[in-house]
Amino acid sequence: MLHIVNKSPLERNALDACLRVAQGGALLLTEDAVYAATRGNAAVEKITAAMAGMKVYVLGPDLDARGMSDRLIEGVTSVGYDGFVDLVAEYPTNQSWL
Amino acid sequence: MSEGTVKKFMFVNRKAPYGTIYALESLEVVLISAAFDQDVSLVFMDDGVFQLKKGQQTKGIENKNFSPTYRALDGYDIEKLYVEQESLEARGLTEDDLLVDVTVLPKAEMGKLMETMDVVLSF
Amino acid sequence: MKFAILINEGPYQHQATDTAFLFCKAALAKGHEIRRVFFYHDGVNNSSSLTEPPQDDRNIVQRWSKLAEEHKLDLVVCVAAALRRGIKDENLAPGFRISGLGQLVEAGIEADRLVTFGD
Repeated sequence: MLHIVNKSPLERNALDACLRVAQGGALLLTEDAVYAATRGNAAVEKITAAMAGMKVYVLGPDLDARGMSDRLIEGVTSVGYDGFVDLVAEYPTNQSWL
Repeated sequence: MSEGTVKKFMFVNRKAPYGTIYALESLEVVLISAAFDQDVSLVFMDDGVFQLKKGQQTKGIENKNFSPTYRALDGYDIEKLYVEQESLEARGLTEDDLLVDVTVLPKAEMGKLMETMDVVLSF
Repeated sequence: MKFAILINEGPYQHQATDTAFLFCKAALAKGHEIRRVFFYHDGVNNSSSLTEPPQDDRNIVQRWSKLAEEHKLDLVVCVAAALRRGIKDENLAPGFRISGLGQLVEAGIEADRLVTFGD
Protein backbone atom coordinates (compact mmCIF):
# COMPACT_ATOMS: atom_id res chain seq x y z
CA MET A 1 0.00 0.00 0.00
CA LEU A 2 0.92 3.66 -0.29
CA HIS A 3 1.80 5.30 3.03
CA ILE A 4 1.52 9.07 3.18
CA VAL A 5 3.24 11.00 5.97
CA ASN A 6 2.98 14.79 6.37
CA LYS A 7 4.64 15.44 9.74
CA SER A 8 8.19 16.43 10.58
CA PRO A 9 9.82 13.35 12.15
CA LEU A 10 11.36 15.55 14.84
CA GLU A 11 7.99 16.93 15.94
CA ARG A 12 5.57 14.01 15.73
CA ASN A 13 5.68 10.21 15.67
CA ALA A 14 3.74 9.67 12.42
CA LEU A 15 6.81 8.55 10.46
CA ASP A 16 7.93 6.21 13.27
CA ALA A 17 4.45 4.70 13.54
CA CYS A 18 4.25 4.20 9.79
CA LEU A 19 7.67 2.59 9.48
CA ARG A 20 7.04 0.38 12.50
CA VAL A 21 4.07 -1.40 10.94
CA ALA A 22 4.48 -0.88 7.18
CA GLN A 23 4.91 -4.04 5.12
CA GLY A 24 6.59 -2.76 1.98
CA GLY A 25 4.86 -0.73 -0.71
CA ALA A 26 5.63 2.96 -1.02
CA LEU A 27 6.16 5.91 1.29
CA LEU A 28 5.33 9.45 0.17
CA LEU A 29 6.59 12.32 2.31
CA THR A 30 4.57 15.53 1.98
CA GLU A 31 4.34 18.90 3.76
CA ASP A 32 6.58 18.97 6.87
CA ALA A 33 7.54 15.31 6.43
CA VAL A 34 9.85 16.19 3.54
CA TYR A 35 12.49 17.25 6.08
CA ALA A 36 12.91 13.56 6.94
CA ALA A 37 14.63 12.90 3.61
CA THR A 38 17.10 15.78 3.72
CA ARG A 39 20.84 15.46 4.32
CA GLY A 40 21.86 15.70 7.95
CA ASN A 41 18.38 15.24 9.40
CA ALA A 42 18.30 12.85 12.36
CA ALA A 43 15.59 10.82 10.59
CA VAL A 44 17.68 10.04 7.52
CA GLU A 45 18.84 6.69 8.90
CA LYS A 46 15.22 5.62 9.29
CA ILE A 47 14.47 6.60 5.71
CA THR A 48 17.55 4.81 4.43
CA ALA A 49 16.58 1.67 6.35
CA ALA A 50 13.02 1.91 5.00
CA MET A 51 14.33 2.07 1.43
CA ALA A 52 15.41 -1.57 1.72
CA GLY A 53 11.75 -2.61 1.79
CA MET A 54 9.81 0.20 0.16
CA LYS A 55 10.04 2.90 -2.47
CA VAL A 56 10.38 6.37 -0.99
CA TYR A 57 9.06 9.55 -2.62
CA VAL A 58 8.86 13.21 -1.61
CA LEU A 59 6.49 15.87 -2.85
CA GLY A 60 8.87 18.22 -4.70
CA PRO A 61 6.85 21.43 -4.32
CA ASP A 62 6.98 20.98 -0.53
CA LEU A 63 10.78 20.59 -0.65
CA ASP A 64 11.08 23.69 -2.83
CA ALA A 65 8.82 25.73 -0.56
CA ARG A 66 11.05 24.91 2.39
CA GLY A 67 14.34 25.68 0.64
CA MET A 68 15.47 22.06 0.98
CA SER A 69 15.54 20.82 -2.64
CA ASP A 70 19.34 20.73 -2.81
CA ARG A 71 19.48 18.53 0.30
CA LEU A 72 17.34 15.62 -0.83
CA ILE A 73 19.13 12.36 -0.07
CA GLU A 74 19.96 9.88 -2.81
CA GLY A 75 17.52 7.12 -3.57
CA VAL A 76 14.44 9.21 -2.80
CA THR A 77 12.35 10.25 -5.81
CA SER A 78 10.87 13.71 -6.01
CA VAL A 79 7.41 13.89 -7.57
CA GLY A 80 4.90 16.67 -8.30
CA TYR A 81 1.17 16.62 -7.55
CA ASP A 82 0.67 14.66 -10.78
CA GLY A 83 3.11 12.05 -9.47
CA PHE A 84 1.19 12.01 -6.17
CA VAL A 85 -1.98 11.21 -8.15
CA ASP A 86 -0.16 8.46 -10.07
CA LEU A 87 1.02 6.86 -6.81
CA VAL A 88 -2.50 6.84 -5.37
CA ALA A 89 -3.76 5.25 -8.60
CA GLU A 90 -0.93 2.70 -8.66
CA TYR A 91 -1.53 1.30 -5.15
CA PRO A 92 -4.96 -0.25 -4.40
CA THR A 93 -4.97 1.25 -0.89
CA ASN A 94 -3.38 4.23 0.76
CA GLN A 95 -3.13 5.46 4.30
CA SER A 96 -2.43 8.96 5.55
CA TRP A 97 -0.62 8.74 8.87
CA LEU A 98 -2.23 11.69 10.62
CA MET B 1 -21.91 1.49 -7.79
CA SER B 2 -24.44 -1.23 -7.19
CA GLU B 3 -26.12 -1.88 -3.91
CA GLY B 4 -24.61 -4.63 -1.88
CA THR B 5 -20.97 -3.64 -2.38
CA VAL B 6 -19.07 -4.63 0.75
CA LYS B 7 -15.67 -3.08 1.25
CA LYS B 8 -13.19 -3.59 4.03
CA PHE B 9 -13.02 -0.32 5.94
CA MET B 10 -10.40 0.31 8.58
CA PHE B 11 -10.48 3.23 10.98
CA VAL B 12 -7.05 3.91 12.47
CA ASN B 13 -7.10 5.82 15.74
CA ARG B 14 -3.76 7.25 16.81
CA LYS B 15 -4.79 10.17 19.01
CA ALA B 16 -5.67 10.39 22.68
CA PRO B 17 -9.21 11.44 23.70
CA TYR B 18 -10.23 14.91 25.01
CA GLY B 19 -7.00 16.76 24.12
CA THR B 20 -8.39 17.05 20.60
CA ILE B 21 -11.75 16.17 19.06
CA TYR B 22 -10.41 13.56 16.62
CA ALA B 23 -11.25 10.51 18.76
CA LEU B 24 -14.86 11.58 19.31
CA GLU B 25 -15.51 12.56 15.70
CA SER B 26 -13.84 9.37 14.47
CA LEU B 27 -16.25 7.37 16.60
CA GLU B 28 -19.13 9.23 14.98
CA VAL B 29 -18.00 8.06 11.52
CA VAL B 30 -17.61 4.51 12.78
CA LEU B 31 -21.18 4.47 14.08
CA ILE B 32 -22.52 5.80 10.77
CA SER B 33 -20.52 3.22 8.81
CA ALA B 34 -22.46 0.48 10.58
CA ALA B 35 -25.59 1.53 8.70
CA PHE B 36 -23.89 0.73 5.37
CA ASP B 37 -23.29 -2.96 6.12
CA GLN B 38 -19.57 -2.75 5.39
CA ASP B 39 -16.79 -4.90 6.82
CA VAL B 40 -15.50 -2.51 9.48
CA SER B 41 -12.32 -2.83 11.55
CA LEU B 42 -11.05 -0.40 14.20
CA VAL B 43 -7.39 -0.05 15.02
CA PHE B 44 -6.00 1.65 18.08
CA MET B 45 -2.31 2.41 18.08
CA ASP B 46 0.07 5.01 19.51
CA ASP B 47 -1.87 7.40 21.78
CA GLY B 48 -5.12 6.07 20.29
CA VAL B 49 -4.94 3.18 22.79
CA PHE B 50 -5.75 5.71 25.54
CA GLN B 51 -9.24 6.01 24.03
CA LEU B 52 -9.98 2.55 25.45
CA LYS B 53 -8.59 3.11 28.96
CA LYS B 54 -10.98 2.03 31.71
CA GLY B 55 -12.19 4.47 34.33
CA GLN B 56 -12.49 7.71 32.35
CA GLN B 57 -14.16 10.40 34.51
CA THR B 58 -14.74 13.58 32.57
CA LYS B 59 -16.94 15.56 34.94
CA GLY B 60 -14.06 17.73 36.05
CA ILE B 61 -13.20 18.87 32.52
CA GLU B 62 -16.88 19.34 31.62
CA ASN B 63 -16.59 17.13 28.53
CA LYS B 64 -18.86 14.29 27.52
CA ASN B 65 -17.40 10.91 28.47
CA PHE B 66 -17.79 9.03 25.21
CA SER B 67 -15.81 5.95 26.26
CA PRO B 68 -18.95 3.84 27.04
CA THR B 69 -19.75 4.03 23.31
CA TYR B 70 -16.86 1.65 22.55
CA ARG B 71 -18.66 -0.98 24.61
CA ALA B 72 -21.83 -0.40 22.60
CA LEU B 73 -20.13 -1.06 19.25
CA ASP B 74 -20.94 -4.76 19.17
CA GLY B 75 -24.62 -3.75 19.19
CA TYR B 76 -23.88 -2.16 15.82
CA ASP B 77 -22.17 -5.35 14.60
CA ILE B 78 -18.77 -3.67 14.86
CA GLU B 79 -16.76 -6.36 16.54
CA LYS B 80 -13.30 -6.16 14.98
CA LEU B 81 -11.25 -4.06 17.37
CA TYR B 82 -7.47 -4.33 17.13
CA VAL B 83 -4.82 -2.84 19.39
CA GLU B 84 -1.13 -2.74 18.57
CA GLN B 85 0.89 -4.53 21.23
CA GLU B 86 3.93 -2.23 21.06
CA SER B 87 1.75 0.85 21.58
CA LEU B 88 0.18 -0.65 24.71
CA GLU B 89 3.56 -1.62 26.14
CA ALA B 90 5.07 1.80 25.48
CA ARG B 91 2.30 3.35 27.57
CA GLY B 92 2.43 1.00 30.54
CA LEU B 93 -0.92 -0.57 29.65
CA THR B 94 -2.11 -4.15 29.31
CA GLU B 95 -5.28 -5.63 27.85
CA ASP B 96 -6.77 -5.61 31.37
CA ASP B 97 -6.67 -1.82 31.39
CA LEU B 98 -9.01 -1.62 28.39
CA LEU B 99 -12.77 -1.19 28.72
CA VAL B 100 -13.68 -3.47 25.82
CA ASP B 101 -12.55 -6.80 24.38
CA VAL B 102 -9.91 -6.35 21.69
CA THR B 103 -7.47 -8.41 19.67
CA VAL B 104 -3.90 -7.43 20.46
CA LEU B 105 -1.58 -7.68 17.48
CA PRO B 106 2.19 -7.19 17.27
CA LYS B 107 3.32 -4.49 14.82
CA ALA B 108 4.06 -6.72 11.82
CA GLU B 109 0.70 -8.47 12.11
CA MET B 110 -0.97 -5.06 12.29
CA GLY B 111 0.83 -4.02 9.12
CA LYS B 112 -0.29 -7.18 7.34
CA LEU B 113 -3.89 -6.61 8.40
CA MET B 114 -3.77 -3.07 6.98
CA GLU B 115 -2.61 -4.48 3.65
CA THR B 116 -5.85 -6.49 3.37
CA MET B 117 -8.09 -3.39 3.55
CA ASP B 118 -9.92 -1.53 0.77
CA VAL B 119 -10.30 1.82 2.53
CA VAL B 120 -8.17 3.08 5.41
CA LEU B 121 -9.26 6.19 7.30
CA SER B 122 -6.86 7.62 9.81
CA PHE B 123 -7.87 10.02 12.56
CA MET C 1 -10.36 6.37 -11.90
CA LYS C 2 -12.80 7.66 -9.29
CA PHE C 3 -11.31 9.46 -6.29
CA ALA C 4 -12.91 10.53 -3.03
CA ILE C 5 -11.18 13.15 -0.88
CA LEU C 6 -11.46 13.68 2.88
CA ILE C 7 -10.25 17.00 4.33
CA ASN C 8 -9.92 17.21 8.09
CA GLU C 9 -8.33 20.62 8.68
CA GLY C 10 -9.42 24.20 8.16
CA PRO C 11 -7.97 26.78 5.78
CA TYR C 12 -4.75 28.73 6.51
CA GLN C 13 -4.08 27.01 9.86
CA HIS C 14 -2.76 23.88 8.19
CA GLN C 15 -1.45 23.00 4.72
CA ALA C 16 -3.75 19.97 4.38
CA THR C 17 -6.45 21.75 2.40
CA ASP C 18 -3.86 23.30 0.05
CA THR C 19 -2.34 19.90 -0.64
CA ALA C 20 -5.80 18.42 -1.17
CA PHE C 21 -6.74 21.20 -3.60
CA LEU C 22 -3.57 20.79 -5.67
CA PHE C 23 -4.05 17.01 -5.63
CA CYS C 24 -7.62 17.43 -6.95
CA LYS C 25 -6.47 19.80 -9.70
CA ALA C 26 -3.75 17.37 -10.77
CA ALA C 27 -6.16 14.41 -10.71
CA LEU C 28 -8.75 16.27 -12.81
CA ALA C 29 -6.03 17.35 -15.28
CA LYS C 30 -5.16 13.69 -15.73
CA GLY C 31 -8.75 12.85 -16.55
CA HIS C 32 -9.65 11.25 -13.23
CA GLU C 33 -13.02 11.85 -11.63
CA ILE C 34 -13.38 13.40 -8.17
CA ARG C 35 -16.44 11.58 -6.88
CA ARG C 36 -16.78 13.74 -3.78
CA VAL C 37 -14.78 16.02 -1.47
CA PHE C 38 -15.88 15.58 2.13
CA PHE C 39 -15.04 18.16 4.77
CA TYR C 40 -14.83 16.93 8.36
CA HIS C 41 -13.45 18.07 11.73
CA ASP C 42 -12.14 21.66 11.34
CA GLY C 43 -12.15 20.99 7.61
CA VAL C 44 -15.75 22.29 7.59
CA ASN C 45 -14.28 25.80 7.96
CA ASN C 46 -13.18 25.59 4.31
CA SER C 47 -16.81 26.28 3.42
CA SER C 48 -17.36 29.55 5.28
CA SER C 49 -18.42 32.39 3.01
CA LEU C 50 -17.40 34.81 5.78
CA THR C 51 -13.70 34.07 5.17
CA GLU C 52 -11.78 37.16 4.08
CA PRO C 53 -8.05 36.57 3.54
CA PRO C 54 -5.70 39.48 2.77
CA GLN C 55 -5.63 40.57 -0.89
CA ASP C 56 -2.17 39.14 -1.55
CA ASP C 57 -3.02 35.67 -0.22
CA ARG C 58 -4.79 32.79 -1.91
CA ASN C 59 -8.53 32.63 -1.30
CA ILE C 60 -8.94 29.03 -0.24
CA VAL C 61 -12.73 29.06 0.05
CA GLN C 62 -13.32 30.76 -3.31
CA ARG C 63 -10.77 28.44 -4.91
CA TRP C 64 -12.82 25.40 -3.87
CA SER C 65 -16.05 27.05 -5.06
CA LYS C 66 -14.48 27.81 -8.44
CA LEU C 67 -13.08 24.30 -8.88
CA ALA C 68 -16.49 22.88 -7.98
CA GLU C 69 -18.19 25.07 -10.57
CA GLU C 70 -15.70 24.22 -13.31
CA HIS C 71 -15.75 20.48 -12.72
CA LYS C 72 -19.18 19.92 -11.16
CA LEU C 73 -17.57 18.72 -7.95
CA ASP C 74 -19.67 17.55 -5.02
CA LEU C 75 -18.30 19.43 -1.98
CA VAL C 76 -19.96 18.01 1.13
CA VAL C 77 -19.65 19.50 4.60
CA CYS C 78 -20.43 17.25 7.58
CA VAL C 79 -23.52 18.59 9.32
CA ALA C 80 -22.58 17.59 12.88
CA ALA C 81 -19.05 18.98 12.57
CA ALA C 82 -20.38 22.12 10.85
CA LEU C 83 -23.00 22.94 13.48
CA ARG C 84 -20.38 22.54 16.22
CA ARG C 85 -18.28 25.18 14.48
CA GLY C 86 -20.91 27.70 13.39
CA ILE C 87 -21.19 26.72 9.74
CA LYS C 88 -24.79 26.85 8.50
CA ASP C 89 -26.58 27.23 5.17
CA GLU C 90 -26.67 31.01 5.65
CA ASN C 91 -22.86 31.29 5.63
CA LEU C 92 -22.08 28.44 3.26
CA ALA C 93 -19.95 29.37 0.24
CA PRO C 94 -21.19 28.54 -3.29
CA GLY C 95 -20.68 24.97 -4.45
CA PHE C 96 -20.75 23.44 -0.96
CA ARG C 97 -23.64 21.53 0.58
CA ILE C 98 -24.22 20.37 4.15
CA SER C 99 -25.07 16.71 4.65
CA GLY C 100 -24.50 13.73 6.90
CA LEU C 101 -21.48 11.55 7.58
CA GLY C 102 -23.09 8.81 5.52
CA GLN C 103 -21.90 10.76 2.48
CA LEU C 104 -18.31 10.06 3.51
CA VAL C 105 -18.87 6.33 3.93
CA GLU C 106 -20.81 6.22 0.65
CA ALA C 107 -17.95 8.01 -1.14
CA GLY C 108 -15.53 5.46 0.29
CA ILE C 109 -17.69 2.65 -1.07
CA GLU C 110 -18.24 4.18 -4.51
CA ALA C 111 -14.80 5.60 -5.25
CA ASP C 112 -11.81 3.54 -6.36
CA ARG C 113 -9.56 5.46 -3.96
CA LEU C 114 -10.15 7.58 -0.87
CA VAL C 115 -7.35 9.96 0.11
CA THR C 116 -7.29 11.74 3.48
CA PHE C 117 -5.69 15.13 4.08
CA GLY C 118 -5.37 16.21 7.69
CA ASP C 119 -3.15 16.87 10.67
